[in-house]
Amino acid sequence: MIQALWRRRGVPLAWLLLSRQPVRLLIALAGISFAGILMFMQLGFRDGLFDASVTIHRLFDADLVLMSPRSMSSISMAGFPERRLIQTMAEPAVESVSPVHWNFVLWRNPETRSTRSLLALGFEPDDALFVDSMLADQSASLRQKGRVLFDARSRPEFGPVAERFNAGQVVESEVAGQRVRVSGLVELGPSFGADGNLITSRETFRSLLPSTSRGSIELGLIRLRDGADPEAVAERLRAWLPNDVSVFTKKAFIEFEKNYWRSSTAIGFIFSLGAAMGFVVGCVIVYQILYGDVSDHLPEYATLMAMGYPLRDLLAVVVREGLMLALVGYVPAYAAGEGLYALIRGSTQLPVGMSPQRAVLVFSLILVMCMGSALVAMRKLADADPAEIF
Amino acid sequence: MADPAPIVATNVSHSYGTGSMRREVLQDINFRVDPGEVVLLTGPSGCGKTTLLTLVGALRSLQHGELQVLGVPLAQAGRGDRRRLRQRIGMIFQGHNLLRCLTAEQNVQMGADLLPGLSYAQRRGQAREWLRAVGLGDQLSKVPHDLSGGQKQRVAIARALAAHPRLLLADEPTAALDGRTGREIVELLQRLAREQGCGVLMVTHDPRILDLADRLLAMEDGRLIENRVASMPAG
Repeated sequence: MIQALWRRRGVPLAWLLLSRQPVRLLIALAGISFAGILMFMQLGFRDGLFDASVTIHRLFDADLVLMSPRSMSSISMAGFPERRLIQTMAEPAVESVSPVHWNFVLWRNPETRSTRSLLALGFEPDDALFVDSMLADQSASLRQKGRVLFDARSRPEFGPVAERFNAGQVVESEVAGQRVRVSGLVELGPSFGADGNLITSRETFRSLLPSTSRGSIELGLIRLRDGADPEAVAERLRAWLPNDVSVFTKKAFIEFEKNYWRSSTAIGFIFSLGAAMGFVVGCVIVYQILYGDVSDHLPEYATLMAMGYPLRDLLAVVVREGLMLALVGYVPAYAAGEGLYALIRGSTQLPVGMSPQRAVLVFSLILVMCMGSALVAMRKLADADPAEIF
Repeated sequence: MADPAPIVATNVSHSYGTGSMRREVLQDINFRVDPGEVVLLTGPSGCGKTTLLTLVGALRSLQHGELQVLGVPLAQAGRGDRRRLRQRIGMIFQGHNLLRCLTAEQNVQMGADLLPGLSYAQRRGQAREWLRAVGLGDQLSKVPHDLSGGQKQRVAIARALAAHPRLLLADEPTAALDGRTGREIVELLQRLAREQGCGVLMVTHDPRILDLADRLLAMEDGRLIENRVASMPAG
C-alpha cells in the first residue's frame, strides 16, 4: 500500500476523479470544512475557557500564594487567618506580602438598575497587587472609602460604565446595597467564573461585605527576594505553617484553577464532546463521498482490474482521494477558524485564539477522518468483479 | 524466438451453480488462435460465448480442461498469475468502458502505464501515437462524453493496444455502432492487430464483418459447432 502511494508518475486518477465532479467535490469540501470549523470552535472554546479562568491569576504580583485548603476555585474562595500571611514574614526569603479579599458581589447596572454578580477584589492600596502597572496611579484613589476601580472589559450587561467614565461623567452605582463611585478603570476581562471585575480597598470591601470576618482573607500574595527558589521556599513554609492554609507557587496556583475547570466541571468534557461530534459528522460526510465515488465508478474500477491493474493500485487511488480531500478541506476550515475566533473575541471578550498545537491537532483529526473513511469505502471495491464486465 | 500461440484450448468445460441448479455453459471446447490471426466467434445469445471470453481473458478461474493463453497454462494459474497475464491481453468491450473522468489521451495512457521501464513522457508519447493511429490525433483532450460512439470505440482500441498486448479480446465491439462505423472499427482493429502480430478473438453478431476474419468459430448450446477458415481472404 505504501509503495503504491509513491508509485511512479502516471495519470493522476485520484485527482481527476475528484476534480471532474466539481459539485461533489464542493460538497465534500464543505463537509470537511464544516467538521474542521466545528472542531476548531469547540476546542477553541475549551482552551479559551481554561485561559479565561486564569486571566486575573496571571496578573497577580506574587511568587507564592496562600489559600485556604477549602478554596476549590475562583468561584468558591474560602477564608483563612490573615495571621498565617504575617507569619511567613519570618521566612528570610520573603520580601513582602499582600493580603487580598476575594468574593462575588451584586452590582447594580447604573442604567437599567438591574443587578448582576461580579468579582470584587479588596487590597491595601499601598500594597502591590498586579504585575501590570495599570493600578500604579489609580490605587491611591481607593484610599477614599466607597471608591472602586471598574474592569472596562466586563460584559456589557453591567452598564455603560467605561463609556460614561471616559466621557468624564461621575459614575455611581450600588454594590451590595451600598453606594460606590467608580474612580478609575482597569483592563482585566471576564472569565467563565466572573462576568466582570472590580477592585477596591480592603476597607471598602469589608463595608460592602460586612459578613467578612475580621482577620480572615481569601488570598495571600507573597513576593520573594531575588534569587530565592519559589519551590524550595514553598516547601519550607508548608513544613511549619499549620494546615489551615495551603501554599502554592504562582504556577501551581494557575494550574489549580485551570484544573478545577478541566476536571471538576463538565465543561471540558462538553466541549471535547462537541469536537468529537464534529469529527463524527466529518467522517460520515467523507465516507459518503468516497463510497459514492467508488460505487459510481465500479465498472471503471472493474475495467482497470481487467486491464491488469492490481487491487492495491486501486485502493491507493481511494487513499489518495482521501488525502487530497483532507488537504484541500483543511485550508478553508483554518481560515474560517481564525475568522470565528476573532468574532468570538470581539463579542464575548474571551481570550480565544489559534494556537499552533490546535492547528496541528485539527489537521491530524481531519487526516484521520479522511483516511478512516477511505479505508471503509475501499471495502466497496471488493464488489468490482472484472469477470462481470463483458 | 517463436511467439507461443495466443490461445490453445483443449477440452474446456465450464458450469455455473451446484447440485440441481448446475448448468453446463461450455462443453469440450477445442480451438487455437495463432499470432496475427483474426478469429471471429458467433452464436446465439446465451450460448456461452461471453463465458469463454472471460476464461480466455483470465478473468475467471478455469474448471475443466486445458487452456493456454500466451503460453501460460491457466489450469495452474493463481490470482496474481492471472492478473499479470491480463496485462498482456488487450480487451475491448461492448460498451467502450472508458474512464469518464479522463480525457482520450489519459484513457489511452492508463493502458500505456502498465508497461514497465518507460518514463512518463515516453508513455504519454505512446498514448498520443496510438490515438493518431486510430485517427483521433486531434481529439486528445476530449472526455468520452464529448466523443461519438465510433470515436469512443477507437479510443478503447487505442487503450487496448497501448499496453502492447499479444492477444486482443473483443466482445461485440460494433454493437453500439451503425453498420458503416462498425465495419470501419473492425477494419482498423484488424489492420493494427496484424501490424503488431497480435492474435484477435472477437465475439460478434454482426454478419457484415464476417468477411474480415481469418477464421470463423460458431457456437451453440455451449459447444463449438463450426471451426473453419474464412472463405474470403480478408482485407
